[in-house]
Amino acid sequence: MAGTGAAGLKDATAVVGIGQTPFAKQLPDSEKALACRAILAALDDAGIPPAEVDALASYTMEETDEVEVAKAVGFGDLSFFGKVGFGGGGSCATVAHLASAVATGQATVGVAWRSRKRGSGPRPWKNTAVQLPTPAQWTRPFGLLRPADEIAMLTRRYLHEYGATRDHLFNVALACRNRANQNPAAMMYERPLTRDMYMTSRWISEPLCLFDNCLETDGALACVVVSAERARDCRRRPVYVHSAAQGLPAQHHGMVNYWNDDPLTGPAWTAARHLWKQADFTPEDVDVAQIYDAFTPLIPLSLEGYGFCGRGEGGAFTEGGALEIGGRLPLNTSGGGLSEAYVHGFNLINEGVKQLRGTSTAQVPDAATCLVTAGEGVPTSALLLRN
Amino acid sequence: MLTPVVDDDGAPFWEYAARGELRVQACAGPGCGELRFPPRPCCPHCHSFDSEWRRMSGRGRVWSYVIPHPPLLPEYAALAPYNVIVVELAEAPRIRLVGNLVSGPDAPLNSVAGERIRIGARVQVVFGADGGDGVRLPRWVLERP
Repeated sequence: MAGTGAAGLKDATAVVGIGQTPFAKQLPDSEKALACRAILAALDDAGIPPAEVDALASYTMEETDEVEVAKAVGFGDLSFFGKVGFGGGGSCATVAHLASAVATGQATVGVAWRSRKRGSGPRPWKNTAVQLPTPAQWTRPFGLLRPADEIAMLTRRYLHEYGATRDHLFNVALACRNRANQNPAAMMYERPLTRDMYMTSRWISEPLCLFDNCLETDGALACVVVSAERARDCRRRPVYVHSAAQGLPAQHHGMVNYWNDDPLTGPAWTAARHLWKQADFTPEDVDVAQIYDAFTPLIPLSLEGYGFCGRGEGGAFTEGGALEIGGRLPLNTSGGGLSEAYVHGFNLINEGVKQLRGTSTAQVPDAATCLVTAGEGVPTSALLLRN
Repeated sequence: MLTPVVDDDGAPFWEYAARGELRVQACAGPGCGELRFPPRPCCPHCHSFDSEWRRMSGRGRVWSYVIPHPPLLPEYAALAPYNVIVVELAEAPRIRLVGNLVSGPDAPLNSVAGERIRIGARVQVVFGADGGDGVRLPRWVLERP
């Protein structure tokens, strides 16, 4: 596989282990302890001892240091390690970086993880000493303080330009909640959502209400990547990394991308072009999707960006139960960031693996292909998984 | 309230704002003249490092807006719900500035109710008083209140 260019990544590696901790508003463990638990669970799932791990990937916002994690868990000599930037935009890229390292022979066993105490810990946006220097000097003083405010600004424009409605956003929240109601590990298990609850809930940043926002979660997840050849000898059915991409559009400006020429076509569009170019199948062939949902409007924007519908059609796409099990594109089948757990999108990766193993709590019958995406609005990443 | 943490590239914007002028960085390279915002060291079109600050009319339209509610930083929570708008400038629609729609230069963030704001509404820049730190924020009033 090595040295054969982009095609060298296609199905060359597989995810062979996944692990997670419980998800809750407050967990007693430290972020480091949670990370260690998730990583050990993922390696146990793969049937690979920690001493064989030689590659690591995580997020720049991950605060468990790789040196500490490697020491605590008992990894072997590492030959590859890296961190991906831009918060939730980095989720899929962690797997993509490991896949690249393994496919090119720089490493043999890679572990990616994300551990957060966002449920009981501080809000990143409150740290104005870090947040305020440029480019935030152009936004924060005016009271545009939080990611929710930045995405709400795009949302208002999106609703205005295309005639999408709050009912479309509700369709997204409902599909995620319905799946969480099937998932005993989800924070919103056995907590059904109704249209009335949605429409009468409090505002966070108009036009976004409480149920348009992801959960505040303590928890950690991890996964293990090895070569396709080695995957055949692992404990579980391999889930192949078919295609992977990152996306940072020209002249992009982070989450406040209304400074861009065309703010309603964000990083998803850039990632999608590369993702599909390298793939043997198209959006019509995707059986199930795990699309990053820190906020409901990211779903219609991503549906357009990844080519499931035309520009401006993302709202209408959600109608008629399209995102539910049995619908045109079953979505976020663990409950997603909106209703399972918000761990910067890593739960979407593990859920994609479960669907292709056939072990999801909301299993799509015979699912063979899955799109997983990272945070839209910020420089992003995506994976196509297949079994 | 938070005040801008000014960096080298943005400093001229705030210096002009302190004089009550809305100016946007423009490339001063030969034959270019492209406007850019936020300010940056060089022109992405022609790669010139020469720039000038072009005075704008201060007229624009509301491109989008939000109404934040708590949880917020305490001094903002005290004014919530307030508005934050994005204005596209009349002479350069792709230059968009974040700001607030207010009833007058020194009126509070919540001085114009959310129900009165419309995408596309025409607005005019005004500058708030210097809060003692040398910074005057550009703010926006409706052209036809």
